Amino acid sequence: MRDKTLGIIGGRVYDPANGMDGEVRDVWIRNGSVVSPEEADKSGAMIIDAAGMNVMPGGVDLHSHIAGAKVNHGRKMCPEEHASHKRDRLEGGRSGAGFTVPTPYMTGCMYAEMGYTTVMEAACAPLVARHSHEELEDMPFLDKGMLITMGNNEFLFDCIGRGEKELARDFIAWTLKAVRGYGIKVVNPGGVENWKSSRSNAGSWDSEVLGFGITPGKILETLTWAADSLGLPHGVHLHGLNLGTTESAEQTLRSIREASGRLHLTHLQFMSYGKDKKGRFANRSQELADAVNANSNVTFDVGQIVFGPATTMTSDGPFQYNLGTMTGHKWFGGDEENETGGGIVPIRYSPRNRINALQWVTGLELFLLAKDPWRVFLTTDHPNAGPFFCYPQVIRLLMDRSYRMEVLETLPESVRKRTILGEIEREYTLGEIVTITRAAPARVLGLPKKGHLGPGADGDVAIFHPGDDGRRVPKCRSGKGCRRKMDLPRWVIKEGEVIVKNGKAEGETHGKTLHVAPPFDFTVEKSIREHFSRYYTVSFDNYPVQDCYLPLEEEVPCR
Amino acid sequence: MKNVDSVVCTFCGCLCDDIRVSSKDDGTIEIKGACANGKGHMEEYDPSPVSPTLRGEPVSWEKAIGEAASILRNARSPLFYGLSSTASEAQRKCVTLADSIGAVIDTTSSVCHGPTGIAMQTFGEPTCSLGEAMNRADLLLFWGCNPMVAHSRHFTRYSLMPKGRFVPEGRKGRRAVLVDVRETPSAKAVDRFLRVKQGYDYEVLSALRALVQGKRMDAGEVGGIPREELVSLAEEMKGCRYGVAFFGMGLTMTRGKDLNVGQYFSLVRDLNAHTRFSVIAMRGHGNVAGADAVLTWQTGYPFATSLAGGVPVYGPGEFTAVDMLARHEADAALIVASDPKAHFPAEAAAWLDSIPHIVIDPVFPLTAQGATVYLPGAQYGVDAEGTYYRMDGVPIRTRAFRERQRPTDEEIFDRLLEEVRR
Repeated sequence: MRDKTLGIIGGRVYDPANGMDGEVRDVWIRNGSVVSPEEADKSGAMIIDAAGMNVMPGGVDLHSHIAGAKVNHGRKMCPEEHASHKRDRLEGGRSGAGFTVPTPYMTGCMYAEMGYTTVMEAACAPLVARHSHEELEDMPFLDKGMLITMGNNEFLFDCIGRGEKELARDFIAWTLKAVRGYGIKVVNPGGVENWKSSRSNAGSWDSEVLGFGITPGKILETLTWAADSLGLPHGVHLHGLNLGTTESAEQTLRSIREASGRLHLTHLQFMSYGKDKKGRFANRSQELADAVNANSNVTFDVGQIVFGPATTMTSDGPFQYNLGTMTGHKWFGGDEENETGGGIVPIRYSPRNRINALQWVTGLELFLLAKDPWRVFLTTDHPNAGPFFCYPQVIRLLMDRSYRMEVLETLPESVRKRTILGEIEREYTLGEIVTITRAAPARVLGLPKKGHLGPGADGDVAIFHPGDDGRRVPKCRSGKGCRRKMDLPRWVIKEGEVIVKNGKAEGETHGKTLHVAPPFDFTVEKSIREHFSRYYTVSFDNYPVQDCYLPLEEEVPCR
Repeated sequence: MKNVDSVVCTFCGCLCDDIRVSSKDDGTIEIKGACANGKGHMEEYDPSPVSPTLRGEPVSWEKAIGEAASILRNARSPLFYGLSSTASEAQRKCVTLADSIGAVIDTTSSVCHGPTGIAMQTFGEPTCSLGEAMNRADLLLFWGCNPMVAHSRHFTRYSLMPKGRFVPEGRKGRRAVLVDVRETPSAKAVDRFLRVKQGYDYEVLSALRALVQGKRMDAGEVGGIPREELVSLAEEMKGCRYGVAFFGMGLTMTRGKDLNVGQYFSLVRDLNAHTRFSVIAMRGHGNVAGADAVLTWQTGYPFATSLAGGVPVYGPGEFTAVDMLARHEADAALIVASDPKAHFPAEAAAWLDSIPHIVIDPVFPLTAQGATVYLPGAQYGVDAEGTYYRMDGVPIRTRAFRERQRPTDEEIFDRLLEEVRR
């Protein structure tokens, strides 16, 4: 390998993992990794003069639906929104289209152009993992991985029903290795199975999973234990019960209280609702924030609402059906044999809609009431609550109280009267923003080389000039009233290579696929083979994803 | 003798992956487990190297690729068409090539399930994987399709016969209904056959939707089907535990097209207010579902997409191959793993024949006759490995059981890309 060094000189470095909060320092990258200044070969190095600029690690998104069967169905289903959101081949690179669900090429470019370099696909059914890998291969610039849906897997249900938790654990390890996944995603455990078998759902952790004699609580407990027992870099990633309903907060609070290991609550905003004294739809963000603050094993990402168009896509089959019925919009449903279900419904969040306005308020309350920035992460559950490229707007809302108040003023009075948001003075510091978008998600994902700029870290760096804030011309029509911060990086570096210059992606650098391979007892394959021959329409031997689907890969070690 | 197990048949959208191929010492092969279509598909392909041709004359690969690239470079309005019988790796490269020269790209979907895509874009689609039909379905509805002939192992492998987790009795645990304009061989396999008058599917589906929604029906018959039959079918559908509705070109390519399919999807959606019901399109060619998927993730649209202006533009009717050719709007064509001259209307086929065209195909289809350049690649599933997407979107990697002596389609596209960019 040719020795190649890049120096980023004189910038204000924001690297919370290493205690840097804007100190002027030089960052050196040699052959793709950050090195100490002593180790850098400065002669012949490429130098970026970062004087007056903010230097930080590349962004890490731990929950975003960017690739795979479900995402592609969403992309196919909404041609009407692609027409005005395109990427022109003549500007260099490939063409692309899509607003809330852009093509993988466009997704890679737009993430990079926002200073992000690592993204985790939020939910992939193992049966169609090969599809996700194919799309990820077509996504430039980013390192990526995927979370594998396991909360409605019938093999696991059988194991849990028989009390064979070791077999369940080995099956999880086998599956993660077979499909080259990164972590365990749980979506409405048991509820999706009940939807498939009887058009019902699971309302509580004690509900019965019909036909299996187990409960959602038991499923979550087993998966939590397995994640810790296998030493997976990332703990259980939970989309719990009753999403979006007045029963969601109650069950979420219970899952926090009863968590027996690491627990990540995803898009908590959608899980934070109950009823007020008059029986009206109300949020319980204060209680949830208190519960998270008090339990250091629990982390959450917000899933902040962005007003404008979105596409809801989850593995939560009954939720998606209900949303389709409620809105009357087009509904895609997808039941996957033995493993999961799901659906897609396009939606538009309007500040005039009381429920949507309350959701917007709830997300911000959660951000601002969470005391430890190391346990809260910025997401919009792309594209469920809003597109990922609206992160700069969310960052501005968090850092700038006057902007927050300005938007709050436009919301219905009934919502304003019932929120404490207006009383919250807190503004995120830049260091805290770097924590919730970089350092903290990297840490909770268990990626030791991401989210910081210490020696040994991957040379992924984003460099912003504060004077550039808000200067990117938004490509969406919902740009009215949108103010932004950190939307136009001067430079983005991926493993020592420049991938973005003056806010524009360039070149054809491809990132790696991050995956895990926890050890397991190989005798488990006999039971799995038997299960396949009875209940699968794909043969056991054709199920695992071959090496050729991960031309660039990195196995992330288990603990 | 050498056995290869779990071989994937790439003939039709069923992608049966339980085939055993035995290669005998004398060089012959024996295929076990495949249907007649699949057996023929695998046996009849001869993997020996075949020379590419230029205007019918054998030439070197270098010369052929060079000529093909020059046709593409010099075209003002190139059309790419086909893609349904090649692997997604090749499809991805093909779209890349179309993007780099600004071509219009369309797939065989435009003459089979294109209307299904349009209906999905209008109404959504409540669907499931084939294994859900196997494990759960106690009611199967087949509409305008003839699996017995076109997807020969569908009944035995996925829908009618197999035992599943919640249907342990197999065939005895299921009811099956076929609706079609004529009594096909599939009618014998089902419990109930309803004959719909040609061109009246939309009306019948509308009546069924009304009945499922609890509305009263006064008409004595709709589309040739008596009222009592429709009433009892509606009740049967509402009363099942998990239904799966399959459909074929009897809905997509008859009067009404995407409106028929939209009504079918809406019927299934309505049924979910009462029970669980899903719908699956009976996709024809082995990887036509992959062609839809790849085009969608590379351009945003499943077929009929123009990349001419530097950005993807969707236009069924405008950028569909038959229409482009019949209106004489294409001045060069690249045909991949399909046979438009055999299937297109005469006017479109004649125009295709009159413009410079390149054909990439492991066999020598009618379309290759008269082709300016013919490039014979390997056959995925016989002597090449690649990804195929089943009719329900499940991606499977094909296996090679014969030694490969030809370039794969993917390699051909790599060379074309390199040459075009030169």
